[in-house]
Amino acid sequence: MQGFGEILALAFDLVLSGDGDLAEIVWLSLRVSISATLLACLIGLPLGAVLAIARFPGRNAAIVLVNALMGLPPVVVGLLVYLHLSRAGPLGFLGLLYTPTAMIIAQTILIAPIVAALSRQVLEELHAEYAETFRSLALSGRQTLAALLWDGRFALVTVALAGFGRAVAEVGAVMIVGGNIDHATRVMTTAIALETSRGNLALAMALGVILMMLALGVNAAVHSLRLTATRWSHA
Amino acid sequence: MREAVIGRSLEGEAVSAGAGLSFRDVGYSIAGRRLIDGMTVDVPDRGVTVVMGPNGAGKSLFLRLAHGLIHADEGAIRWGDAPVGRSVARDQALVFQTPVLLRRSVAANVDFVLKSRGRASVEMRETLLRRVGLTGFARVAARRLSGGEQQRLQMARALATEPRVLLLDEPTASLDPASTAAIELIVRDVALRGVKVIFVTHDVGQARRLADDVVFLANGRAVEQGAAERFFDAPRSPEADAYLQGKLIL
Repeated sequence: MQGFGEILALAFDLVLSGDGDLAEIVWLSLRVSISATLLACLIGLPLGAVLAIARFPGRNAAIVLVNALMGLPPVVVGLLVYLHLSRAGPLGFLGLLYTPTAMIIAQTILIAPIVAALSRQVLEELHAEYAETFRSLALSGRQTLAALLWDGRFALVTVALAGFGRAVAEVGAVMIVGGNIDHATRVMTTAIALETSRGNLALAMALGVILMMLALGVNAAVHSLRLTATRWSHA
Repeated sequence: MREAVIGRSLEGEAVSAGAGLSFRDVGYSIAGRRLIDGMTVDVPDRGVTVVMGPNGAGKSLFLRLAHGLIHADEGAIRWGDAPVGRSVARDQALVFQTPVLLRRSVAANVDFVLKSRGRASVEMRETLLRRVGLTGFARVAARRLSGGEQQRLQMARALATEPRVLLLDEPTASLDPASTAAIELIVRDVALRGVKVIFVTHDVGQARRLADDVVFLANGRAVEQGAAERFFDAPRSPEADAYLQGKLIL
């Protein structure tokens, strides 16, 4: 068994060598998670905005539900998507099981509630601050929404990055619906699980290093955004 | 509606209450506390009306009721023949005591309001910023301005709606004398252009400088109203008399 230092050195060698398999896995991971984040934002931002601004019967129950969905277990989401996309399932005819599209669907379901719940919180606080001014200006609902989304843009990008962070680090759902097929649906997290079980610790650690670098990059981006917002007095 | 002469315009002519703002037996409560209690008052449709009174008299609530931001539990509020509501509010602008500025530049704050009224143009924005003395601040982040500058930006935004009525809720309450003077200058300029101004303040000196007529509130009721000169020379109500003498009103 190799020592931790040796594994780490091999891992960095792999990263720096530009290994083709490694690059393919990283690229697919990014493609799946970025797509899922964009889709989750398309669903979650309007939902969050409606929950923040609109007043309707059952609003509180809807907020509780969306908040609860933030804690969805990935394996349960994976199982539900699997049941729908498998041959016997209602969407089996689409032939999406064990494809990157299935993985995108699963990750979207996982992170859309996160985007909705966090954006609801951001926009509700902003709306509380602006509401009287906007009512005084007799703005329409559409004008109010557009203004809130624009003025909350820095915080909302942070929300999207939080969603991306969750998606790219997720393993259970993509393992079930993607199948971890080499050169087809293998992403960083599923590859780490596989290579660790095979004893190929250097490759697993190389992927782990890249994942951690991504997490670091995402956090650096969030911090930089906050600094920019403060500098421009948008915070 | 009562048509009694209760005010005068900038030119000194008598103005009937029927054309301006009228409150009739208006009541408003929060959590069982009666904050506006059977208020009946008429405000002429020209000049500067200063609304005065001690803290808790209902001055800010009066302004919000008049603008339709909150709704009376009872009674009637009308602007001329129209009940207070969204269409009436579009002809008015309210300047709050604490400015709430968008997280944008000075120019973008003004542009936002101009666009919302479908008349955005660089010329209009520059004219407005010039009127409030903020030329040269266009690219500055609004929230980086000083308190007085923020209040002037709020004035520019209010004027961008081209209001027929400008409502101001103690806009100089936390400003230094220079900023207060700048705001008062803008208010006088706006009134001279024919915009009706309703100005809430608890500063007697400011009221004397600005008012054409005064509405004095105490304990959620309008206890006195009339031409400014007469009001300051010979207040009729004991509450107003005590207030002008600097006494505490309990």
